[in-house]
Amino acid sequence: MTAALSKHFKIISGKPWIWAFAGAFLVWGATILYTGGTGAGQILSAALSFATFSVIVGIGQMYVITLGPGNVDLSIPATMTFAGAVSMKIMETQDAMILPGLVIALLCGLAVGLFNYGLIHALRIPPIIATLSSSFLVQSSAIAYGRGLKIKPPELLAEFTTARIAGFPLLAICVILLAAIMSVVLHRTVFGRSVLAIGQNPRAAALAGVKVDFIRLATYLQSAVLAALCGYLLAGFSGGASLNMGAEYLLASIAVVVIGGTSVAGGFANLPGLWGAALFMFLLVTMLNTFGLSAGIRLLLTGVIIVGVITLAGGRRD
Amino acid sequence: MTFVPSARLLRSLLPAFSLTVILIAIFYLQPRAMSYFGLNLLLNLALPIAFATLAQMCVIAVNDLDLGIGAFVGFVACVGATWLNESPVLGVAVLALCILAYAALGALIHLRNLPSIVVTLGMSFFWLGLALLVLPTPGGKAPEWVRAVMTFKAPGMPTTIYASAMVAILVHFALMRSAYGAVVRGVGGNPRSVERAGWSILKAKMSMYALAGFFGVLSGISLIGLTTSADANIALRYTLLSIAGVILGGGEFVGGRISPVGAVLGAMTLTLAASFLSFLRISPDWQIGAQGAILIIVLALRVLINRAGKK
Repeated sequence: MTAALSKHFKIISGKPWIWAFAGAFLVWGATILYTGGTGAGQILSAALSFATFSVIVGIGQMYVITLGPGNVDLSIPATMTFAGAVSMKIMETQDAMILPGLVIALLCGLAVGLFNYGLIHALRIPPIIATLSSSFLVQSSAIAYGRGLKIKPPELLAEFTTARIAGFPLLAICVILLAAIMSVVLHRTVFGRSVLAIGQNPRAAALAGVKVDFIRLATYLQSAVLAALCGYLLAGFSGGASLNMGAEYLLASIAVVVIGGTSVAGGFANLPGLWGAALFMFLLVTMLNTFGLSAGIRLLLTGVIIVGVITLAGGRRD
Repeated sequence: MTFVPSARLLRSLLPAFSLTVILIAIFYLQPRAMSYFGLNLLLNLALPIAFATLAQMCVIAVNDLDLGIGAFVGFVACVGATWLNESPVLGVAVLALCILAYAALGALIHLRNLPSIVVTLGMSFFWLGLALLVLPTPGGKAPEWVRAVMTFKAPGMPTTIYASAMVAILVHFALMRSAYGAVVRGVGGNPRSVERAGWSILKAKMSMYALAGFFGVLSGISLIGLTTSADANIALRYTLLSIAGVILGGGEFVGGRISPVGAVLGAMTLTLAASFLSFLRISPDWQIGAQGAILIIVLALRVLINRAGKK
């Protein structure tokens, strides 16, 4: 009996992402109980749509956090806004410009990523401070460039980002695929394993021949490029780039990583948890909205639940 | 024999140097600012920012980062403009509870080994929500005594300068010169050795977080003394400003290396930087960007000094 229990426990503790999905399911259940079953499908579909964007930035952030303590990318919201604003302006709602727009958005991300790592490397400052300082500059550039105008995305891009197949968001399918690919990259390629190795012990990794500097550079580039991609898609999805479109993704990108069961101390990561946590975060807000609570209570409960979940999920794992 | 300043001395002079540079630039652009009235206007908002920066510094001293301080200051401002005015006893009790909550936060982060950024980011929602519950729409009224203290006109120089200097010196003696201050900073430097020496890391973290909460309270109260009313969103930008202030002031993100005097100077530099940009007629769009640029320049200068020091 106890042996069976401990075996179950082992299975669960080996898959920390189960908790995130369990939480998402619980919150979803509470919501439909409240509505009496109406809208269960729509809620799930909307949750998939919105969770998609948290997952895209979450992947980048997860790789960065996995590099070890002190590694975190705080420039994600600014990069999203910047890439969104620049690409929307360049595309000028023309369908023919969708691909060039995407390339420009990704180049924006590449530039921010290079700048970030340049600061980390040249000034020898902690990544938190480096990405924070550069996010000030990037955010300002986005404000100055976008001038508060909300330019509509090309029609085809808007259609693609909001398309559904039998109620299932097309973009979500793409990002589930992306997450699967990145999971393979993390566990099966030299790059992914190097990231994990650096997170577990940077000195040992360096001695074992891992090109630490290069891997860190690639990780920060990847995070910025994914943020740019997310900004581009989100601008298409929400009818244009706005100056605060990235704001909520600062918390979201970090929270999905931690709630998803990735170790905050670095060295251990998992991709499925990102989806579970992103769904949980969205469904949580939906639940609080459905209950018809005031803005104050809603924010308060969001805070309490996030801190509570992280206390339970992100504790010591050594 | 010529005097060669050490890298350490140069580094500690950097915050004062940045402040002087920006003051000279302002006086050059706008000579009328060089007066009691002008300085008073320029430095008006420096005190609440300095308190927020000191709060952030306390958290950074133990290798954490507080991304919720802005929302917390906003909540304090809302309490200050409502309960503290209407029933002072309740107001003071709530503010004392806030400080305890900060200490508890420090304990939670330490005991569960949580990432401070995520916890404090989550707490920022908590404080913002509470602030909206206390004061759903902008308004309220600051207590008379707070108004009186904050608008007091000291002889010779604006009160802000006296107050900032006093606070900086007090905190300097409390953290940099006291025995327990050294222990607390040691927690940021080498927690393991502090623990082996028989000190409780938990207590040190709790006291630093409590101190952060205390400065957050001072920041919110001094802020409503200047604005007379409050709003839940009033201080959200303080989160980033305070981090920038600590770094500008020579604090380092790891290792418990902090400088209270520098932090206050850093906060003043940032306050002045905003006016400086508007004197230059730079569009407000670039305000945040300029703060980022100042940060990067100061950090780069620090690297140069360190390199020169190694030679």
